[in-house]
Amino acid sequence: MKKTTTGHRLEIFYRDAELDTRGRLLQEKLNSLELSTVIEEVRLSEVYTLEGAFSQARLQEVAGLLLNPVVHDSIIDEARPLGLAEVVLEVGFLPGVTDNVAHSAAETLADAWGTPFAADQGIYSSTIYYIKAATLTAEDRRLIGRILANALIQRLDWKDRSTYVADKGMDCIIPRVRLEAGKKISLVDLKISEAELLALGKEGIVDHCDEQGNIVRRGPLALDLPSLAAIADYFATVEQRQPTDLELEALAQTWSEHCKHTIFAASIDDLEEGLYKTYIKGATKKIRQERGAEDICVSVFVDNSGAIIFDDDYLITDKVETHNSPSALDPFGGSITGIVGVNRDTVGFGLGAKPIINRYGFCVADPGDYEPLYRSPGGGNQALRPRRILDGIVDGVRVGGNCSGIPTTQGFLSFHPGYKGKPLVFVGTVGLIPRKTKAGRLSHEKAAMPGDYIVVLGGRVGLDGIHGATFSSEALTGGSPATAVQIGDPITQKKFSDAIVKEARQRNLYSSITDNGAGGISCSVAEMARECGGCRVDLEKVPVKYPGMAPWEIWISESQERMTLAVPCEKWPELETLLSSRGVEATVIGEFTNSGRCQVSYQGEMVMDMELEFLHNGLPAKHLLTKPRPSLENEVSLPESADLPLAEFFTKMFGRLNLASHAYVSTQYDFEVQGGSVLKPQVGRNQVDGFATVVQPLPESSKGVALSQSLYPAISDLDTYAAAATAIDTAVRNLLAVGTPLSHIALLDNFCWCSSDDPERLWQLKECARACYETAVCYGTPFISGKDSMYNDFSGFDSRDQAVTISVPPTILISSIGVVPDISRVRSFAFVKPGDLIYLLGSGGSEIGGSEYLALLKDEGLVTNEARGRVPRFKPADQLSLYTRLQRWVAAGHFRSLYPLAQGGLALAAGKGTLAEGFGCELEIPESERLDLFLFNEYPGRFLVSVSPEKGSMLEKEFVESGVTRLGRVRDDEEIVIIQNGEISLQTTVSTLQTAYRSTFAGF
Amino acid sequence: MAQPKVLLLTGYGINCEEETAHAFQACGARTAIVHVNDLISAPQQLSDGQIFVVPGGFSYGDDTGSGNALANKMRHTLWEELMAFVAADRLVLGICNGFQVLVNLGLLPGEADNFFGSRRVALIANSTARYECRWVNLLAAETDSVFLRDVSSLSLPVAHGEGRFYAPAETLLELKQNRQIALRYVDAEEHPAQGSFPANPNGSLDDIAALCAGQGRIFGLMPHPERAFRLSHMPNWPELLALDSDSDWRQPGPGRIIFENAVNYFS
Repeated sequence: MKKTTTGHRLEIFYRDAELDTRGRLLQEKLNSLELSTVIEEVRLSEVYTLEGAFSQARLQEVAGLLLNPVVHDSIIDEARPLGLAEVVLEVGFLPGVTDNVAHSAAETLADAWGTPFAADQGIYSSTIYYIKAATLTAEDRRLIGRILANALIQRLDWKDRSTYVADKGMDCIIPRVRLEAGKKISLVDLKISEAELLALGKEGIVDHCDEQGNIVRRGPLALDLPSLAAIADYFATVEQRQPTDLELEALAQTWSEHCKHTIFAASIDDLEEGLYKTYIKGATKKIRQERGAEDICVSVFVDNSGAIIFDDDYLITDKVETHNSPSALDPFGGSITGIVGVNRDTVGFGLGAKPIINRYGFCVADPGDYEPLYRSPGGGNQALRPRRILDGIVDGVRVGGNCSGIPTTQGFLSFHPGYKGKPLVFVGTVGLIPRKTKAGRLSHEKAAMPGDYIVVLGGRVGLDGIHGATFSSEALTGGSPATAVQIGDPITQKKFSDAIVKEARQRNLYSSITDNGAGGISCSVAEMARECGGCRVDLEKVPVKYPGMAPWEIWISESQERMTLAVPCEKWPELETLLSSRGVEATVIGEFTNSGRCQVSYQGEMVMDMELEFLHNGLPAKHLLTKPRPSLENEVSLPESADLPLAEFFTKMFGRLNLASHAYVSTQYDFEVQGGSVLKPQVGRNQVDGFATVVQPLPESSKGVALSQSLYPAISDLDTYAAAATAIDTAVRNLLAVGTPLSHIALLDNFCWCSSDDPERLWQLKECARACYETAVCYGTPFISGKDSMYNDFSGFDSRDQAVTISVPPTILISSIGVVPDISRVRSFAFVKPGDLIYLLGSGGSEIGGSEYLALLKDEGLVTNEARGRVPRFKPADQLSLYTRLQRWVAAGHFRSLYPLAQGGLALAAGKGTLAEGFGCELEIPESERLDLFLFNEYPGRFLVSVSPEKGSMLEKEFVESGVTRLGRVRDDEEIVIIQNGEISLQTTVSTLQTAYRSTFAGF
Repeated sequence: MAQPKVLLLTGYGINCEEETAHAFQACGARTAIVHVNDLISAPQQLSDGQIFVVPGGFSYGDDTGSGNALANKMRHTLWEELMAFVAADRLVLGICNGFQVLVNLGLLPGEADNFFGSRRVALIANSTARYECRWVNLLAAETDSVFLRDVSSLSLPVAHGEGRFYAPAETLLELKQNRQIALRYVDAEEHPAQGSFPANPNGSLDDIAALCAGQGRIFGLMPHPERAFRLSHMPNWPELLALDSDSDWRQPGPGRIIFENAVNYFS
């Protein structure tokens, strides 16, 4: 990257500083940093760098196309410091990073000129920040730089005013990718020492020696010794030759933990079939058998998403993914790539489902934690701070979801110190697909046929995402590759997504389709090849972003926004015409065969030729052994309830990170697009965060799709069985409360584990999976899809240069999806009418292990940090009679409001009921109960409900066997009054709670 | 003509075409969703329709300014047909990103004597510098908009990152004099929002949320009437049900009248 004379710089900026909103807000943000001086003004300028020689007239024309003359001015190839800037900073992308703005600008110019850029021309976007301040120190610049750029993907260039003026502006930097041409395929010798083999598996194939003579490797294969031995043996005995580098890279992708889920698949202790088959698939199998004709499952664990029946004519699909490792390095790129990627799991389901709802869930550390962490010793390679990670992942899902026109309705934020080294970023998408296509095909079935063309469509292939699949199977360290980071391009994807699900599918133009995710085409083509028994690919036909990529890089690149299709040759002309008229690039790269082999050539030379059977099933079986982990639970010695400032605690609970309003996130996400929202992310006139959402996907049908989720990382720290059982119970109860019958609820599991080679962690995993089986089978709620992410550990250094390892708490996220038969059953948790009676349904519980209340007591210094308490343990079977009765009452429309108790317990349920519409309440706590524990314990299986006064006695009779406690009534003012033993033990107001509830994230 | 035909544009990131088409159908119109490239290859299709809609969405990802890239494309390829369409007694509707497209095309607000084509106002980044998805209250201004007949106030959702209306002072005055300001953001008591968030969700000058032109036949608005089409769309629907479990979700929401007015213009 160097200064070049064959380029032009066009800057576009607001004429009037008052309209430069981003500049103004950035000034505020910078002044909130601990800088040595005050930032007096920040002005922004959007820069387009044009590569190639263009006349002034041509450049003026470009400016006219890219700016808005009402508000913008522009300069071309000149210096003009905006405002009274003393310092100028430019942030641009490094070569090869996805530049969506430039991509759109190039299309606009091509539209205007009727022809795209020539090969030696191009356009690149960057941003200039004109900063007015007294001299900035190096430390100031470092702090500002951290806010404005990510060095992994962006360059930062600073100039003082004088240099800027003398140089006639910032340098003209053209981030074109230039690769050394002529990279060839090579053979890899596997007859090497064990140490060499280990290095090969851990750090990758030797690429070259650098100038100092050091060996430079290509990046982790993440293959262990038994796997490498199996590969060596296969090539020696069956193929009787050495493997090519491409074959080895392809095997590494296909066999990665990320793709093969080796830990979940391996036999473990006495479970021959492993955790996945025994506990997850096993639960679904048992439930489906017991259901018989009432089975709701249609396609489970076999496709990119799971699918259940919606109605006679449609299926709904669901899939929840994680994108943790990339999000730790580049939170924006990681999360946008995640959400856009999981959308493709919908488009790639069956013959192509339409994405109708997005889900999200972000697990991070306290955003106020500013204690730095470093990936390298000596304070090098600083990890991003929790606040920066949170901001970035919130932004990424916003851009990805909103630009794709998919409502993002359902999600959560969860905070735990264990997420400081590596955040968990959950992204999910629900799809809708007719059960049969117009041609009468069952739309959840697909099969590539021998002779079908292999067609790739969408974005082009670049170096981005190389080693993504193997990288996420390793813990994060200083050597984590930057090429693992990429940025999604939702508009490119939207174009082909519409073309497929709104046009090509109905016209029956392809036999099979799948998404390109981890492992790129090496995984998607080889996976589809199983449907027909072989494939033959001409790798040079794959469209690339830039010349010079090695064959193996093309084969395993994970560049996003691509699908792979199997297209009968007679259908190809029609499909090609359709896609081209929709602005979608599609290319035939080979054909599916029945040779039993995966064959890939590059410019006529065979670079991969091996049995599909070995590629998919050659991975040596593992047997894992676990070791029980000693319980960490203990007794907590609590202060007397009467000595505690409970009114203050009640309020403080509403301001806790996990319980406060997260509305700043949900209002950035378009939850209304597609016009189907029924129960929105926020409830009541005061907009209180809900626990479930309902969407009506077909405007003429009264059926709704209900979504929720639950996780209890703090309980997991103590007991993973209880965490999973409680999460399933909560995710299921949340849907019952909004009108879903138990018989039409399905579940998705996401295990995000840590140190998964440790037998104690494996034991926790096994316990967690066992709870999934037992709880799901009891409720009859099948798992339809799941994913695991096994190495969520961070190894690095703290501010004193001490080595630290931070592991996420073993985390099980349970997502629930259900069908509401009639959206008129939907209720919220808002107390809607003064005088209504308030009841607690269900019983049990005073444990506070893993609860928010115990965390509060620790923060208040009232219990020791070693206090862990006992986690709630319940029997799902004991819940069934309550749930059956409750769903009858829900169907009859008897309830005015329902809140399934979860984090924060009864206090949170009642408080949110009052917050939503502003009506207070009066609750009388049974005399025998310890007040704080009764208010704040998180025992599952319970609901807080309100009914009209005339329904009170009927309710008491109906629910007597499953536990019913009359607590009080809704008030006509905003007072919240808690009474025990005839005395007011706690009194507060809705506005007090409101202030606490809103303040925590007020500045976000 | 009893049943007008509505042409709704799609492609390049437009994403509200289906629910907008449904709204028109439910009000009795025939609808056709047309990809912009198909319209460019056969622009005469435009003359088959009576109502031309640029629906909401994220054309070109809002890159180079929301609505700008799609407006450029249309200006280079469809301008004559659009002018012929506007000159006839027909309706044009732009919702959200569609409004941004119409503004960048110079179809809104236009100039005196139905002269169109220059950009005179702008919809720029929200004053919160953030995408905002929330419900707002609107008051119809003194306007000739065909779409707002019998409308005094409305509650509709907005969802955009660039909805801040801006015009030079002299243009603003002209818009007022020409009765081209169609809707303004107000607070819950229908008092002017006076630029304050969240009643005015984006910092729009003079609280302007919608414009019209061409004797009220061209209409663009930032809020989404198709997302407030029926009772079940309303943010207080679950609470309404709690108080009256017989409420019918199919009952009209506040946005429906905009589509009815458009369809009824041709009856």
